[in-house]
Amino acid sequence: MIYADNAATTKMSETAIDTMVKVMKETPGNPSSLYEFGQKAKEVLEEARRTVAAVINAAPEEIIFTSGGSEADNQALRTAAKAGARKGKKHIISTAFEHHAILHTLNRLKEEGYDVTLLDVHENGIITPEEVEAAIREDTCLVTVMTANNEIGTIQPIREIGEICRKKGVTFHTDAVQAIGHIKIDVQQDNIDMLSASAHKFHGPKGVGFLYVKKGIPVTNLIEGGAQEKGRRGGTENVSGIAATAAALKEAYDNLEKNAEHISKRRDKLIEGLKKIPHSALNGDGTRRLPSNVNFCFEGIEGESLLLLLDDRGILASSGSACTSGSLDPSHVLLAIGRVHDVAHGSLRLSLGEDITDEEVEYMIKNVTEVVEYLRSFSPIWRDLTSGKKQFIL
Amino acid sequence: MALYSEKVMDHFRNPRNVGVIEDANAIGEVGNAKCGDIMKMYMKIEDEIIKDVKFETFGCGSAIASSSMATELIKGKPVSEAMELTNKAVAEALDGLPDYKMHCSVLAEEAIKSALDDYRSRQ
Repeated sequence: MIYADNAATTKMSETAIDTMVKVMKETPGNPSSLYEFGQKAKEVLEEARRTVAAVINAAPEEIIFTSGGSEADNQALRTAAKAGARKGKKHIISTAFEHHAILHTLNRLKEEGYDVTLLDVHENGIITPEEVEAAIREDTCLVTVMTANNEIGTIQPIREIGEICRKKGVTFHTDAVQAIGHIKIDVQQDNIDMLSASAHKFHGPKGVGFLYVKKGIPVTNLIEGGAQEKGRRGGTENVSGIAATAAALKEAYDNLEKNAEHISKRRDKLIEGLKKIPHSALNGDGTRRLPSNVNFCFEGIEGESLLLLLDDRGILASSGSACTSGSLDPSHVLLAIGRVHDVAHGSLRLSLGEDITDEEVEYMIKNVTEVVEYLRSFSPIWRDLTSGKKQFIL
Repeated sequence: MALYSEKVMDHFRNPRNVGVIEDANAIGEVGNAKCGDIMKMYMKIEDEIIKDVKFETFGCGSAIASSSMATELIKGKPVSEAMELTNKAVAEALDGLPDYKMHCSVLAEEAIKSALDDYRSRQ
């Protein structure tokens, strides 16, 4: 079996599992208890916070542990929106292809009277700092741009965007859920005010994430409760999960360059191989993308049937077709980069893991090619395209 | 639990009656690429009996399986009987479809009706 859906989730690393079990066994106390049994758990928690902070070059008190990336995104947006409203600033800038944790929160904020500008992400899936600068108004309180896109893997110029935001005095948040642990992020150098992350995307556990908030920004609480996380997130901390998160993140960073080199070489081979399929196209920029991400559209076929047949051949992948999203529309990301519906339905995302081999790349190229060809053999659209009744788009 | 029943997967993996009938006297096409499903049915009807039926489908697993099952249900049957085929019968024959995939069986019913309308209009 080739697990090529690491953008959906990753398997926990041995280190993360061992850490989690060890903490569950040896440190079962409540970090808020004053006796030593509890204080030991507190130590584990704070050690994890220091580890996470060091990796992204933040201060420990700037890290708030959450239930995942979505909660972190929600909290970041609520924080900036509330701070903005206090100054009469209710304009937010984002992009058309953010994760739904961002887009749906922005929709809520719109209902609450905020004005939202979504920037065009262009055909290559990358926004330009100039367009961010041009969109900033007197009443802009937040710019939120993902570090890397979850479907097509394109990496945004966050450092430049952050610099513009600093210059203009606008808070800058980035959803780094797909990027962290895979590409280098330094909140100081990259001019980031807030950053969201999720542990299960870098071989940590599910149900744990964190939000970095730069010192001085007053945090808005989503979950009221006790004084955990300095009163910024109520609820007894998920100590073992948080410790495993820190262990996974450190491991990812210690091996980041080595892993990125290994994976991106195989990614490029895979892209070269799949490009040979007629009437196909790579989605997103060819080089400014995550080391693991390959995303293609194949004209004349539908993504879900492609996924099912690949599953039969031991390849686990995902698609942006409507049938896989449970809605009538295909992926908003593919539509945002200008793919029309017909073509967007025939998309395939392969997101590689660190253990990917050359043989597996060859196997994927061979089998994707065969399955696409097979599905086209009885596709009425393909018949219309090849007989000239319809024009090819790709 | 699997997304689809064994029956759906069987018809998806080994679709029956795939292809084109060159001298078809009834052709129907329904759906559109925008929604991600297109079904095309070809029939050869003689003496009001569907002697042969074939299909081409662009769509998800359940769309392909629904097309396959629908052709099986009407092959060799009188036109009048095929006209009565409901999407529910197609879904039931497949041991059920997930709720959000029921439209695939609707499409299969419509594809058959569209082909039979074509047959009538040619008479």
